[in-house]
Amino acid sequence: MASLDDLKKRISSVKSTQKITKAMKMVAAAKLRRAQESAERGRPYSEKMNNIILNLSSGVSDKENAPKLLSGTGDDKVHLCVVLTADRGLCGGFNSNIIKKAKSYFQKISDTGKTLKIITVGLKGYDQLKRLYQDKIIENISFKESKNANYFDADKVGKIIIEKFENNEFDVCTIFYNQFKNVITQIPQEQQIIPLKTEEKDNKSSDENYEFEPDEDEILGNLLPKNISTQIFKAMLENSASEQGSRMSAMDNATRNAGEMVDKLTIEYNRSRQAAITKELIEIISGAESL
Amino acid sequence: MSEGFNLDIVNPEKSFLSKENVSEVVVPAYEGEMGILKDHIPIISFLKPGIIKVISSSEEHNFYVEDGIVEFKDNTLSILTSSIFDIKNANKKHVSDEIQKTEKELNKDDLNDQKRFLLNHKVEILKSISIN
Repeated sequence: MASLDDLKKRISSVKSTQKITKAMKMVAAAKLRRAQESAERGRPYSEKMNNIILNLSSGVSDKENAPKLLSGTGDDKVHLCVVLTADRGLCGGFNSNIIKKAKSYFQKISDTGKTLKIITVGLKGYDQLKRLYQDKIIENISFKESKNANYFDADKVGKIIIEKFENNEFDVCTIFYNQFKNVITQIPQEQQIIPLKTEEKDNKSSDENYEFEPDEDEILGNLLPKNISTQIFKAMLENSASEQGSRMSAMDNATRNAGEMVDKLTIEYNRSRQAAITKELIEIISGAESL
Repeated sequence: MSEGFNLDIVNPEKSFLSKENVSEVVVPAYEGEMGILKDHIPIISFLKPGIIKVISSSEEHNFYVEDGIVEFKDNTLSILTSSIFDIKNANKKHVSDEIQKTEKELNKDDLNDQKRFLLNHKVEILKSISIN
């Protein structure tokens, strides 16, 4: 059995760990609220953008000449994966869940003999992927300095992607991020952004005859790059809400576990203290008896 | 039936303005200023730097935008933009910074005519704001 001193030290160390996790939980809870709000506020923009693009793309009559961002290069050889993760750890399974999802996709790509290129956004994703996929990672972006997810950063990532697309560096682009459902559930998502996947939609709104100014192609050409940035921004917002949610529940668990541990150690400490006292008493009594 | 239509201005970070019963909106569309009234035909267009004028029965609002997309459908006008501010609370310093930045960009050599035109236009608009 550990000595009394050792137990005492362990109790105090667990207690200070508990203080840290508790503080982190509080901070995460406050940040979560803000992140969630901005995720909700950002939603109308991406929804509207999506709607407009859907309406436009369903109206494109000439599929052959449609912008490449919409229809793809016609090839399916080089896949670009953008993995969005957090810059910090200690947030439960948040980062590993994205990485797991991404890795299984990577496996699928390399099994079918296609070329894989990876862009990581966020330090943690880079850390986890660099061992296995060092040669595949072509870019590693981090926004550690910016406090909140902002559109400016997303736009930067979007521009990088578009530039690479225009240089014919890849055919298909997929992004990976965590979708925020609630504090305990975040769903890792893969979303293909180039070529744009337009879901089959009911014919109700597509009969809508829009007037375009200037013409359709020019609008689409202007809109699609913007949509890339918007989608990435959306992913970043969802991600930051998920990160805080995941950290909050992880830290909550850690605080609770630390509490349990303190209780157990305290009982052990008291028992061994009592045992020591009893032992001393027995020694004194038996010493006195033998006299 | 109300007299006006609905207006939504959103930017990526939040919904900037949502207003009902607007009687007229003038937007700086790509091919010239465009006034939109109730029951306009569905239209999609984009914006160049300029001033959005929102007119409702009681008041008139002016906003500066740099770029964006407008969509009008079912008597709802949606304006998506990443750069917008209310001219009334325009920050003088911000405006003059913006002018300087744009002028600097204008001095670059590798501009095509279209871009040069847009930048010139932007400076003009910004200057007119800073005077008021």
